[in-house]
Amino acid sequence: MKLLVPVKRVPDPNQKVCVRADGQGIDDEDLPYVPNPFDEVALEEAILIRERSAGSVQVVAVGIGPEACEEQLRSALAMGADRAILVPCDETLDSWNVARILQQLVLREAPQLVLMGKQAIDDDASQAGPFLAALLSWPQATFASRIQWLEGGLQVDRETDAGVETVHVRLPAVVTVDLPLNRPRYAPLTAILRARRRQLERVSLTMLGLAIEPRVRVLRLDGAASGRNCRRVASVDQLVHELREAKVV
Amino acid sequence: MRILVVAEHDGRGVCVASRSALAFARDCAAATNGSVEWLLMGHRLDTPAADAAAYAPVLVADSPALADPLADRYAPVIAAVVTERRANLLAAASGTFAKDIVTRAAGLLGGAMASDVVGHEFRDGGLRLQRPMYAGAALASVELCGAPRIVTVRPAAYAPAERSRTVAKIAPLTVAEGDLSGPSEYLGLASHRAGRPDIKEARVVVSGGRAIQSREDFERLVGGLADALGGAAGSTRPLVDTGIAPNEFQVGQTGKIISPDLYVALGLSGSVQHLAGVKNAKLIVAINRDSEAPIFSAADYGLVADIYEAVPELIAKLRGV
Repeated sequence: MKLLVPVKRVPDPNQKVCVRADGQGIDDEDLPYVPNPFDEVALEEAILIRERSAGSVQVVAVGIGPEACEEQLRSALAMGADRAILVPCDETLDSWNVARILQQLVLREAPQLVLMGKQAIDDDASQAGPFLAALLSWPQATFASRIQWLEGGLQVDRETDAGVETVHVRLPAVVTVDLPLNRPRYAPLTAILRARRRQLERVSLTMLGLAIEPRVRVLRLDGAASGRNCRRVASVDQLVHELREAKVV
Repeated sequence: MRILVVAEHDGRGVCVASRSALAFARDCAAATNGSVEWLLMGHRLDTPAADAAAYAPVLVADSPALADPLADRYAPVIAAVVTERRANLLAAASGTFAKDIVTRAAGLLGGAMASDVVGHEFRDGGLRLQRPMYAGAALASVELCGAPRIVTVRPAAYAPAERSRTVAKIAPLTVAEGDLSGPSEYLGLASHRAGRPDIKEARVVVSGGRAIQSREDFERLVGGLADALGGAAGSTRPLVDTGIAPNEFQVGQTGKIISPDLYVALGLSGSVQHLAGVKNAKLIVAINRDSEAPIFSAADYGLVADIYEAVPELIAKLRGV
């Protein structure tokens, strides 16, 4: 059985992101990049599935984007992915084009399951998973916090606004994951060193028969204003007084 | 523009969040001399359809196969109605329903989709949409290429639409049952809300952070203050990670984005990711032992105190004890 896990390269969420003065992107000089944290949860789940399985399971990590994505794919190999495929692309990618590329990779690789993050923490679009499922006409289970393997499919707990929903999906399927699903492991140093020497597979857009068709064009970025004038109160009494004055209680 | 708005409902009426999507749609229709219709889906929809008709004409897709919100059943219905009505814009409130179902429909309709939109304008005849990126550190102006366009809007950014002066028509749609036997099955829903209001619609939300040490403390302090204020309980991600609070309570970039009148932050530091979820709150109150915590620069009122002492006192005073 084969599991496909797309891994996106995103700015480190623990760093402050600043918009460039010309509004044409973010200032990424010295900005460290990491694998999208949700994709790491997806990768951890794929590795756990392999570790628990009696049969043979192959975990394939996929990166799409500039050559620098190699770094995140090597992290995926160090965590335990069996193979890593890079689809080099220097054009701006929106979720639609990511989903189209993944669709073609799925047709080439024929995985039974695509596990991916419910969102990427840079554009926060939450689109690629359902787009891919729609393009493949596969069932989907989004925001998974628990995945159980049953005869003929998966039982998935989904974190929705209304609470935890449970669904059953037949395979092949697309599952997007939420953070409570697991805690991604740290790769041991030896694995990190080994991953450096591994060969990445490269699949070009031409090989996939694709050209980018933009759907979302970002015209400009503006830095968002933040911060409020905090009035410090000295006691609970004073806080209650202020809240009553503000007519919120 | 011919605009369709997905009406989420609770079996009784249309959700407030969907009325925010309707407000966006009405504005787009007014700017383009267009029209707006609701698309209501589910089973046994007479009551929510009557409520929806108070705002706009309603197209109703009613079928036992749509009793539960499964993406591979709902999405083809949405896509078929958009195509049939020749709609050029499909709008919905952003939330897990839309992220799951409307996004899949958008995938069937060519993928020209913007999620979590917080503002819009018509410029040079084109629709420009504003949406946050990087946990709210940047606001992007985007244009969608292709048709139809699919937009989910952040309810916090659009005041819910008011009723129309007249009651609109309700038109039933024919749903081909054959298309609806997908490979997914709905098994159930479990909620932790404990009789409190829905966090996305609550006027008051009380959230707890790392200072809370156990589930019991969370219930007593966060739950207790939420009850004293008639509000909902929320939390930060670390509390969800440690199992002290359920995931559905999480407020922030990767959890719920809310805009209550009053947000009370208890013992939470105020990470960028958390604050991304409460930026639009009218009033933010922070109680934290650490006077240097970043939450104080995001709050309107701050009290430097141990929540284990201050919160029971606050609850007692609010209850007039």
